[in-house]
Amino acid sequence: MLIRIRKSHELRDADVTPETLYKSRREVLKTMGLATAGAIGGSVIAGEAFAARLSYKERAITADEPSTSHDAITGYNNFYEFGTDKSDPARYAGAMKTSPWSVRVEGECARPGAYTLEDILKPHALEERIYRLRCVEAWSMVIPWVGFPLGDLLKRFEPANNAKYIQFETLADRERMRGLSFPVLDWPYVEGLRMDEAMHPLAILAVGLYGEDLPNQNGAPLRLVVPWKYGYKSIKSIVAIRFVEKEPATSWNVSAPREYGFYSNVNPEVDHPRWSQATERRIGEFRRRPTLMFNGYGDEVSHLYANMDLRKFY
Amino acid sequence: MKISVPIIRRYLKPAVFLALSWPLAWLVWQWGQFIHGQPNGLGFNPQEFTNRYTGDWALRYILGGLAITPLARLTHTPTLVHFRRMAGLFAFAYASVHLTSYIALDQIFNWTEIWNDILKRTFITLGMTAFTLLIPLAVTSTNKMVKRVGAKRWLWIHRMIYPISILVLIHFIMMRKGTQLEPLVYGAILTVLLSYRLAVYFKKKAGFRRTRHKST
Repeated sequence: MLIRIRKSHELRDADVTPETLYKSRREVLKTMGLATAGAIGGSVIAGEAFAARLSYKERAITADEPSTSHDAITGYNNFYEFGTDKSDPARYAGAMKTSPWSVRVEGECARPGAYTLEDILKPHALEERIYRLRCVEAWSMVIPWVGFPLGDLLKRFEPANNAKYIQFETLADRERMRGLSFPVLDWPYVEGLRMDEAMHPLAILAVGLYGEDLPNQNGAPLRLVVPWKYGYKSIKSIVAIRFVEKEPATSWNVSAPREYGFYSNVNPEVDHPRWSQATERRIGEFRRRPTLMFNGYGDEVSHLYANMDLRKFY
Repeated sequence: MKISVPIIRRYLKPAVFLALSWPLAWLVWQWGQFIHGQPNGLGFNPQEFTNRYTGDWALRYILGGLAITPLARLTHTPTLVHFRRMAGLFAFAYASVHLTSYIALDQIFNWTEIWNDILKRTFITLGMTAFTLLIPLAVTSTNKMVKRVGAKRWLWIHRMIYPISILVLIHFIMMRKGTQLEPLVYGAILTVLLSYRLAVYFKKKAGFRRTRHKST
């Protein structure tokens, strides 16, 4: 059995878990005959037990930086479907129904249709990807996602030759997402990638966080993570994937085209009209730190934009 | 309702002063907790929280100050007017803390960045302009200054709060992403308060015209 020593930046389950979930997990552990309550609250926990809900390959890709606390990652979110305050998603996203879940696959591909979440996930081995996340609002985090490469899924639908872009769509359930009652954006939220960006091995679909199922406020049950782009490109709670020929509409671009482009690559040299993008505040740190080109993933992704003027295609 | 001036001075003013200081006292307490690594109400991004919190309160006090005259007239409670200066000065105080928070906590005295922001970011340009325009109002708030500048000129200086309040509101709307409800609510309140002034102004004008008509 793997023994995992907790790092100082990590929080205990007990600190960060809603009591109901905490208790239900305790039940799971009990039935597994694994542990008493002490094993959860103690300073050393069993690696397998910690990851009881998901099994995955640990640290497939990591950042050489400590991960942001579980508390911050799940308590400081932009998910406007639940309200515009950063604490709203943690407060209200519990109302979202994530099971059963299905994804509509549409457009220029050989296998369109409605796929259940189980259909989507079945063939993919999960792995941990610890990525930096840079929000367009000039704050950032380091997040241990659990997921699989987006490209592997897209290939299963056999995209046609004229599928040049992918559009994604977030759930818009007026009953359960209170933020939808006000037109902050033109709902449902949509995002998009160029095909080569979507096929890039760093682009993943995430189903987990810190070894456990994705909390609702982080985009359960299935979300995109594109670490070299501003956070809003990494669309949450995906209900549709569309293969399209022309550059698809993306919500923030529709809302304010001068401020948010289709590409939205992290770029310290191209300012947002309302603030500088040269620096960022890593959540948990006091001072700002310089923002890196492509959020530090330039070696891997800059070739995608080799002949493009990134001031024009921001 | 009429309350005697000594009672206002001795009891009501200190009580209102304490009440209006409360949000700032709370903020200072939370930062104390933060510095000592204790649980606090500043959230995961204390600088962003402080910017927004102090800005919110400055705007609230501006609107509160603007509401006093119409409220006093409509409810026949002239006592309220005794608190107008305090509301204005508190708005200025919270605006000062707001600016300090941006300079000291958010930008940590990075003057080149701050200067760039003021020149390049429209919403910061507007905010800075509004703050600068507030200074003469704060400076001329004492009884002595009212006498020194003369009542008529003093009134003109203090009417600047109307354009200032509009600047502050635009600053707030522009700071938010997308179409958000909160700035629009503040906007609706400000619209009502400023419309009241316009209505009074036009009524007066019409009244003057009528009296002039009679005299000829």
